[in-house]
Amino acid sequence: MHAHAFDQYHYQESFIHNLAPTVKVVVVLIYIFSNALLPDGSWLAFAMAWLMLLIANDLTNLGLGFSFKRSFVALPFALVAVTAIFSPVGHPLAEWDLGFITLIPTDFGLIRFFSILVRSWLSIQMAILLVATTQFPDIIHAFEHLRVPRVLTTIVAFLYRYMFVLTDEVFRLLRAREARSAGLPGKKSGRSVWWRAKVTGSMAGQLFLRTYERSERISNAMVSRGYTGHFRTLKPHAINRRDWLVLTVSIIVLLFIQVVGWL
Amino acid sequence: MFFSPAPLHIPDGFLNLIISLVFWAATLVMVGLAVAKTNKSLGEKQVPLMGVMAAFIFAAQMLNFPVAGGTSGHFLGGALAAIVLGPWAGILVMTAVVSVQALLFQDGGLLVMGANIFNMGILTAVIGFGLYRLFSGQKRGVRLAMAGVSAWLATMAASLLTTLQLWLSGTSRLEIVFPAMMGVHALIGLGEALITVAAIAFIEQTRPDLLSTEKTAASGGSGWVIAGLVLTLIAVLISPLASGNPDGLERVAEDIGFLDRGLDAPYQILPDYTIPFFGETGLSTILAGVIGAIIVFGILYLLGRNLRKARGS
Repeated sequence: MHAHAFDQYHYQESFIHNLAPTVKVVVVLIYIFSNALLPDGSWLAFAMAWLMLLIANDLTNLGLGFSFKRSFVALPFALVAVTAIFSPVGHPLAEWDLGFITLIPTDFGLIRFFSILVRSWLSIQMAILLVATTQFPDIIHAFEHLRVPRVLTTIVAFLYRYMFVLTDEVFRLLRAREARSAGLPGKKSGRSVWWRAKVTGSMAGQLFLRTYERSERISNAMVSRGYTGHFRTLKPHAINRRDWLVLTVSIIVLLFIQVVGWL
Repeated sequence: MFFSPAPLHIPDGFLNLIISLVFWAATLVMVGLAVAKTNKSLGEKQVPLMGVMAAFIFAAQMLNFPVAGGTSGHFLGGALAAIVLGPWAGILVMTAVVSVQALLFQDGGLLVMGANIFNMGILTAVIGFGLYRLFSGQKRGVRLAMAGVSAWLATMAASLLTTLQLWLSGTSRLEIVFPAMMGVHALIGLGEALITVAAIAFIEQTRPDLLSTEKTAASGGSGWVIAGLVLTLIAVLISPLASGNPDGLERVAEDIGFLDRGLDAPYQILPDYTIPFFGETGLSTILAGVIGAIIVFGILYLLGRNLRKARGS
């Protein structure tokens, strides 16, 4: 597997790509915070937040609909919010008798449900833009600049570097299992569920041991090449005047959106 | 896609601000203690090891086995990580996994990441390791069975807490989502338990030195056993209340009045109270969230410090 198999970064020259990673991370976090703070049913404020997202999309040179195309990852989770429609508060709109349970959708519940969906949808898109315009090691450095403990960022950095290596290992294990599990079409192959779980568990144990032994070798190899416990970067990550400007403007816009939302 | 489909990664927007901040505070304390512990007692060499182990958990979540009707059993790994790496390292590893899933794949939100880490990393580590450690000196069969039971309970507790968080945020109705979530996770947890048991049996056979009783005892004190038992007990006590009588649970919350007192926005937690958002401002919401977060932070911090002191003396 290629080292970039999991990378979400999209090469492009753009205003957003060139911003300091720290500023991008902070703006995205404030944006998501602002969405969570907006009251239910403040559609005008939601629309303004969406407009801000569109502008950000445009500034990335990746196309206006870029984040929209990838924004449906959280859709399955909307299932749990569907029940908000049947909120006990508000005016009932209808009554559906399903036999074992009577569902009464209310106006308040509907507003709540759609507000949750909109918040989630907007927040996810901003997070998508962040990883599409910032290389992941830069994001990790941004969190280091924001005083996240070194131990944690280093673990995340190792995770990012080795997840594709171990994913390869998993695929190798899965392929080996596949190769040893012959079956006839239409006929049940393998033994009981317990047996299958045991096989999978042994694979997990096997993977653990391979990883454990490998990590010792990795660590020794890195130390012998001068690793001192910190991932370095050649990028300056300096925050210049343009970055401060973007940060200030974003905060002012989000404050304005809050005022609109709460009025 | 590549990663675990278990509906435990809450996206942004599904939890309200107060719940998000409170669980961020709880997570910050636990992860902070884990970082302090790592800096103090574990060597430099342990950090790359934990990083590669985080990649192991990430990759192991792709392992699956067919169950029936096109569904498959998956692996979450929180309990296994805590058992084989020790609870503090397990927490750090799961924190890294959850944050990369959220940051890189948008599998789980950023503002709600505190809650996600707490559910999938901290709760599973405390229950998984705590219960396992209680029986780590026993015979092989008992020990393995307990590893399975603790993995199952950890999964159930994580889904229970996720359900409660969604309910407290006013996102879902308890009486509908609770049975659905618990039903699904009773099965997912079974797969988790089987894989955990088989994995530990395999590791014990090949590298018995990694899972010796002394090593388990050294990686976490008896405080973990107590914490694991208490959390399990709470989960077991809440479950029948939530399933049979959700109004009862709301009644309890009301009686305790833990949010009426001092906090300005009871409707956020108990959406049945009033029609929300009238006469309330964003400022009071933030304030309530911050106060709640500070209280949780303080309590957990003191608890953690005392636990560490007791063990040190």
